[in-house]
Amino acid sequence: MSNRTIKVEALTRVEGEGGLYVQLDGDEVRDVKLSIYEPPRFFEAFLQGRKLEEVPDITARICGICPVAYQMSAVHALEAALGVSMTPEIRRLRRLLYCGEWIESHALHMHLLHAPDFLGFHGVTDMAAHFPDEVNRGLRLKKHGNELLEVLGGRAIHPINVCVGGFYRAPKREKLTKLLPDFEWGLEAAVEATQWVATLDFPDFSRPYEMVALHHPDEYAMNEGQVASTSGLSIDVRDYEQHFEERHVQHSTALHSVRQGTDASYHVGPLARVNLSLEQLSPRARQLADELDIDWPCWNPFQAIVARGLELVHAYEEAIEIIRDYRPIQPSQIKYTHHAGFGCAATEAPRGLIYHRYEVDRDGKIVFAKIVPPTSQNQQQIEEDLRDWLPRVIVDDDQQTALDCERLIRCYDPCISCSTHFLRLTIDRGEPA
Amino acid sequence: MSAPAARPKLAVFKFASCDGCQLSLLDAEDQLLDVVGLVDIAYFLEATSKIVDGPYDVALVEGSITTPRDEERIQEIRRQSGYLITIGACATAGGIQALRNWANLDDFIRTVYASPQYISSLSTSTAIADHVAVDFELRGCPINQYQLIEVIQALVAGRKPHTRTHSVCMDCKQQGNVCITVATGEPCLGPVTQSGCGAICPTYNRGCYGCYGPAKQIHAQSLTDHLIRQGTAPAEMVPLLRNFNSGAEPFRDESNRIESLT
Repeated sequence: MSNRTIKVEALTRVEGEGGLYVQLDGDEVRDVKLSIYEPPRFFEAFLQGRKLEEVPDITARICGICPVAYQMSAVHALEAALGVSMTPEIRRLRRLLYCGEWIESHALHMHLLHAPDFLGFHGVTDMAAHFPDEVNRGLRLKKHGNELLEVLGGRAIHPINVCVGGFYRAPKREKLTKLLPDFEWGLEAAVEATQWVATLDFPDFSRPYEMVALHHPDEYAMNEGQVASTSGLSIDVRDYEQHFEERHVQHSTALHSVRQGTDASYHVGPLARVNLSLEQLSPRARQLADELDIDWPCWNPFQAIVARGLELVHAYEEAIEIIRDYRPIQPSQIKYTHHAGFGCAATEAPRGLIYHRYEVDRDGKIVFAKIVPPTSQNQQQIEEDLRDWLPRVIVDDDQQTALDCERLIRCYDPCISCSTHFLRLTIDRGEPA
Repeated sequence: MSAPAARPKLAVFKFASCDGCQLSLLDAEDQLLDVVGLVDIAYFLEATSKIVDGPYDVALVEGSITTPRDEERIQEIRRQSGYLITIGACATAGGIQALRNWANLDDFIRTVYASPQYISSLSTSTAIADHVAVDFELRGCPINQYQLIEVIQALVAGRKPHTRTHSVCMDCKQQGNVCITVATGEPCLGPVTQSGCGAICPTYNRGCYGCYGPAKQIHAQSLTDHLIRQGTAPAEMVPLLRNFNSGAEPFRDESNRIESLT
């Protein structure tokens, strides 16, 4: 039997840059490392000393695909530190903003980044010639999400309208209602897209995950709720760090998150959310979940693409409802005074739970910042999945093995820039024995 | 530099950054498939797993140089690329991560990572042009997708890209916004910041924070003197100039000047 190493130098169709290193001894998996070599940017360090009002603008720059997740988590954590509570109107407008990001990010991942894996294409460039309707639908849905972000946030990437206390300016009603005809079309298209992805050819691969997500009894959790898991955990966000811990490992500039005490991995993302909050999905999404040929809860990571579809439907339905009911809010920003304090918050980024904690001083400056992105929480889970997945896909052709590993990794819609503080596949089969 | 041949080979490279600028290309939903038809996408990790070896006719470079490995990688990319365009504030000015240029890197590493010995990072975050010759710079955090499409179309057509270099202040006047600084006294970098965002911050009732970097032929001190006279504390001017384009010379020099006075 020979040892060999398989390396994926640069993962593709993921956000940011990383690789994979796999070491095999015959058919036995010796080591799997998701290596994140994205250069560290030290956000938590340079936030120290900055005005708390700058935090939503600065943390947005952690990720170009999910800036709203960073902005939402930051403002909620800072508002907790300042003791500011939101009006129901601002709360709804924040959910609407998050709907925009979910639509943009999920439509992109389902149609342009993940679907090519199931259909045998390199990406949107070659898929477009064979599946023009699907590609165009994906682009159109993605555009809807971006248009909503533009109206409400000022722009789609790094919105400028989010502030501690609410929004700098409430949108005009007619700017939002103008989106309605497109969104009504989009809701039906999202249902079709979900029915389409549910018919893709999924490997029979289920895993005994502990899935973790926010859960809220009255709504599909986005900005608030208990941190819940499929193993029965249900804790206040303030207790997050007593249950989850970040570790620094040598092969990654992203920190690995594990369950405190047991060092066990866990799974965050759309599959975790749908499994934990199926009953909170919007009426169309909930009904669609039953109509699809998938049993919920679902433990097959490849079917995360279907969970994304259900959330896409949900985001459209909820966005339409919020826009229809919307009347310009006054004030758009709750006033507050600076005082020293601590605050934390968790929200649901398109890729999964994201946690922020800040300490602020009496002058409104950041003393301490801690940011736990979704992909660093999934990193160890992905490595463990690969250990189980590899024996099924190992073939003599290293390149084919590597491709099959990448397919699994992409199920998580990893966001590597985010997690740095994430991957190249290196498969080490060693020297022939 | 002469324009590349028809249907040029396009590559997209990433250094330290958030991915937002290259995402701007995928965000150009209406033009994306047309653009894909104009160029041969040879290397674009975020969009396709098809990887074609260089050389490339056009390279779009996102991100700043922050590691010894990347210092070498940009040299190789320059050798492989005919026309090199930097996209965004990280690539043109070092990005938000250039805040380390005023700090002690070891302190930064220890703040974020439990095992600093695993981290290989330079003490500075620098623009691509500090390392290699750059043929065209596209500003913004993030860049404007229409400007990016214009640059690609111009290159394919063999003409010079047309992007505006006037200040955000002019766009604001065109949109009929009430001046934030005049009306409220709140500091706004609109007079010294390059056009491209559509003057969105003043349009949403807040001062510009300079994410498109310095406009051409500005005199930053005239603005900061005015803002300080109006009541902005000098200590508050420094972080305003030091965010996403802190490494851009006019912002860097002015923030250093004010800091030396405080």
